Amino acid sequence: MNKPLRRIAIFCGLLVLALLIRDNWLQYVKADELRTQTENRRVAIERYANPRGDIIVDGEPITGSVVAKNGDFKYKRTYKNGPMWAPVTGYSSQAFDGSQLEKINDGILTGNDDRLFFRNTLDMITGKQKQGGNVVTTLNAAAQKAAYNGLKERGGKGAVVALEPSTGKILALASYPSYDPSSFAGNTNKDAKAWNSLQKNNNPADPMQNRALRETYPPGSTFKVVTAAAALENGKYTSADQPTDSPLPWTMPGTTTQLKNEGSIPCKNATMRVALQYSCNTVFGKIGSDLGNDKMLAEAKKFGFAAEQFTPIRSNASVFSSGMNQSQTALSSIGQYNTAATPLQMAMVASAVANDGKLMKPYMVSELSTHNLDVIEQTKPQELSQPLSTQNAQILQQMMETVVEKGTGTNAQIGGGVTVGGKTGTAQHGVANSANPYAWFISFAKLSDGSSPVAVAVVIEDESANRDDISGGGLAAPIAKDVMKAVIDAKK
Amino acid sequence: MSSTTNSTHHTSTIGAIGAPSRRNTELALLVFAVVIPVFAYANVGLAINDQVPAGLLSYGLGLGLMAGVGHLGVRKFAPYADPLLLPLATLLNGLGLVIIYRLDQSKLLQSLPNFAPAAPRQLLYTALGIAMFVAVLIFLKDHRVLQRYTYISMFAALVLLLLPLVPGLGADVFGAKIWIRVPGLGTLQPGEFAKIVLAVFFAGYLMVKRDALALASRRFMGLYLPRGRDLGPILVVWAISILILVFETDLGTSLLFFGMFVIMLYVATERTSWIVFGLLMSAVGAVGVASFEPHIQTRVQAWLNPMREYKLSRQITHDGILHSDQLQQALWAFGSGGTLGTGLGQGHSDLIKFAANSDFVLATFGEELGLAGVMAILLIYGLIVERGVRTALAARDPFGKLLAIGLSGAFALQVFVVAGGVMGLIPLTGMTLPFVAYGGSSVLANWALIGILIRISDTARRPAPTPASNPDAEMTQVVRPS
Repeated sequence: MNKPLRRIAIFCGLLVLALLIRDNWLQYVKADELRTQTENRRVAIERYANPRGDIIVDGEPITGSVVAKNGDFKYKRTYKNGPMWAPVTGYSSQAFDGSQLEKINDGILTGNDDRLFFRNTLDMITGKQKQGGNVVTTLNAAAQKAAYNGLKERGGKGAVVALEPSTGKILALASYPSYDPSSFAGNTNKDAKAWNSLQKNNNPADPMQNRALRETYPPGSTFKVVTAAAALENGKYTSADQPTDSPLPWTMPGTTTQLKNEGSIPCKNATMRVALQYSCNTVFGKIGSDLGNDKMLAEAKKFGFAAEQFTPIRSNASVFSSGMNQSQTALSSIGQYNTAATPLQMAMVASAVANDGKLMKPYMVSELSTHNLDVIEQTKPQELSQPLSTQNAQILQQMMETVVEKGTGTNAQIGGGVTVGGKTGTAQHGVANSANPYAWFISFAKLSDGSSPVAVAVVIEDESANRDDISGGGLAAPIAKDVMKAVIDAKK
Repeated sequence: MSSTTNSTHHTSTIGAIGAPSRRNTELALLVFAVVIPVFAYANVGLAINDQVPAGLLSYGLGLGLMAGVGHLGVRKFAPYADPLLLPLATLLNGLGLVIIYRLDQSKLLQSLPNFAPAAPRQLLYTALGIAMFVAVLIFLKDHRVLQRYTYISMFAALVLLLLPLVPGLGADVFGAKIWIRVPGLGTLQPGEFAKIVLAVFFAGYLMVKRDALALASRRFMGLYLPRGRDLGPILVVWAISILILVFETDLGTSLLFFGMFVIMLYVATERTSWIVFGLLMSAVGAVGVASFEPHIQTRVQAWLNPMREYKLSRQITHDGILHSDQLQQALWAFGSGGTLGTGLGQGHSDLIKFAANSDFVLATFGEELGLAGVMAILLIYGLIVERGVRTALAARDPFGKLLAIGLSGAFALQVFVVAGGVMGLIPLTGMTLPFVAYGGSSVLANWALIGILIRISDTARRPAPTPASNPDAEMTQVVRPS
């Protein structure tokens, strides 16, 4: 009976061997794949096992972490002044993943980024808790506050973007209505309820939309700055005070439609300075029409149109159409027809003009650091393009300063040695222009030494306001002024 | 002399007169088998609560005491028994207790309905198990006594197997009807005991019938085919296995019993044809049943595509099938453990939730002790089986040989079916890993199994009666008048 016994022994050995091989397959060959599969809850548990790094503004964290009361995810995100900073931070939720800076820099914030490996290993050896790195932003808390509070007081929807023209640093990025990302940072039913109530389907105000970067509005008259730049750059006019070839009334070429001005303003053969001061549609419409679609588009592209910007949060591409006929180009050149721009885009326009024609790439993360502030990565200011020569830029600056000094933008005057240049815009939209127009204001401030610390774009879409009350100068300019003032005051 | 020559021919463990009893070896190994789980227990407490668990002393003393009682029992009642079986079983039982205690600490499992700490009860079961083990040694002076109960065993095994089907007694747990509910005591898995009783029946039956089954056969295509009438027993066992599969929807038990029978049949008759027959019949049976039994089909589907099953378990399905994410969760636990594991108390195998400490207990070993730990556990099982087979080789009587190989083979099959199921090697079945998994029936039955093996090995290794006392006994053919 012993021969079969030995064979059975071999058979049992094979059974154990099969298990051993399978175990090696699972725990050695397939281990990494299984361990990192997104459905494997351990991935999420690990992710929330340590306090997240912070997002820093002016040296102070605007985020935090607390131990969650429920569930198997240990730490939960908190936000200081959540609604004000939401367009910058985005959210990081146990249940709903993340967005914007929280998502883009997730590796640094959770501490899983390879560049933190050395630091983590060191912490592990010295027995410290693993900690995520920090994201240091370029934002200016005072400017952000002015921007957000300005929008909040108005109560309508809107957005503000402020840039530092010389570097492209984003100083303020506000959107209203906003949301508090703390409200759904956890993983409970309450968080789910808060999240659902913020979704566009359940909340027509769409508070989670980042209007400063992701909404494109017809820029209206603020686009005339781009048209004026095109005229100067293409040599159509070489000075702000040279009379333009502008008949009034002006019938758009190829049509029988006359382009209208708002009220009776002195636009006939007006200089570009006067035309910008009074916001003459006829003058700039004709300039665009004369230059033609291609040249206008080329200039708009130099200002950053038709391209997404990565700040690193992605902004939508602003639009200036191609293949338009002369009348469509004329309308587009005064910021109507298909022309649409994000608030960031129009801030870039103001910023390029203020920076003597050089457009700097807008950015909001100045550096990534470890939790004890060793720098991992630093962002250097980067020139994006030069839409204007220095000389033409200075001409355009003067024209915009006239607008604020005695034109439509007088509400943005700051005084005290600060010169402000700006442009208002009141953009028609809706079917047959039936909806309330958008109020725009773009501007820059210049100190007595000629340097420009800030350029701003403000847009307000106010559905509750009386249609006649909506104008760039009336609604948007005071907010722009407060933001600029906040930046200048913070510098002192 | 022939007996001695035969013995040496059988196995080298049977030495000459005065073979060492190896009891001190056993004691030394037992110390390790107790100390290792005690350290593991302290480790769990330190990892989870940053302190040595309060019950460490009583736990250590308890396990040590139980091991000591077991050892004394062996020393007194089976002094020549194999020295490895008791320490190996004790080590597995101790580690199982640690893992069960560790899972008791899981907040996730604590939040589930019907949660009750399992470790204290498992400790109680272990005590009962050791008592059972010692009782077997005391009352089973000679395993050959069991031969007398061949047909009673058959009857008892059938009753045990059918119990879960009795209305009001059986309990349907996650689709498998292998439990009975005893009022006041909780649930029992009679299949665990049936395993032993059935081995006794098979051994007794085959010992008597093996010559008929082995010799009366026809040769056909290189195989010795049994006569039609000799096919009877295997057909009956096959039919019972199929019935278990159909009515209790338990693939594991069915496979276990049939496999055990084929192994014993093969050993008894030395006919390879039985293996071929066995494989063919189990294949036919399994495929046949799987083609119309939805529960088995679900298990197979879940085995083939655990990820799909995981996703189905997350949504509301209307197919009337209970989808479970357990297998995928177990696979993740193994994968997340990697080579060395997360360390005791630091894994997340509690995500398996239901049955994490019973059917799926190996996954916790996998995650927290890693590949190294699981391989060690599997090798311990391998060693137990090896000692069992060795006992069968050493046994001097055919009944003992058959019983030992039947129990060891069943033990090996059970480990394979459970571990293979949890690791996704074969479809999942509702069986428990011997000694390690939470469950009274399993612990009790397996300690009894080890007790019987120890008894057989004691008989086998016991020095042969001194030839000097009766020098003619072996040399002379004695014809006894009857």
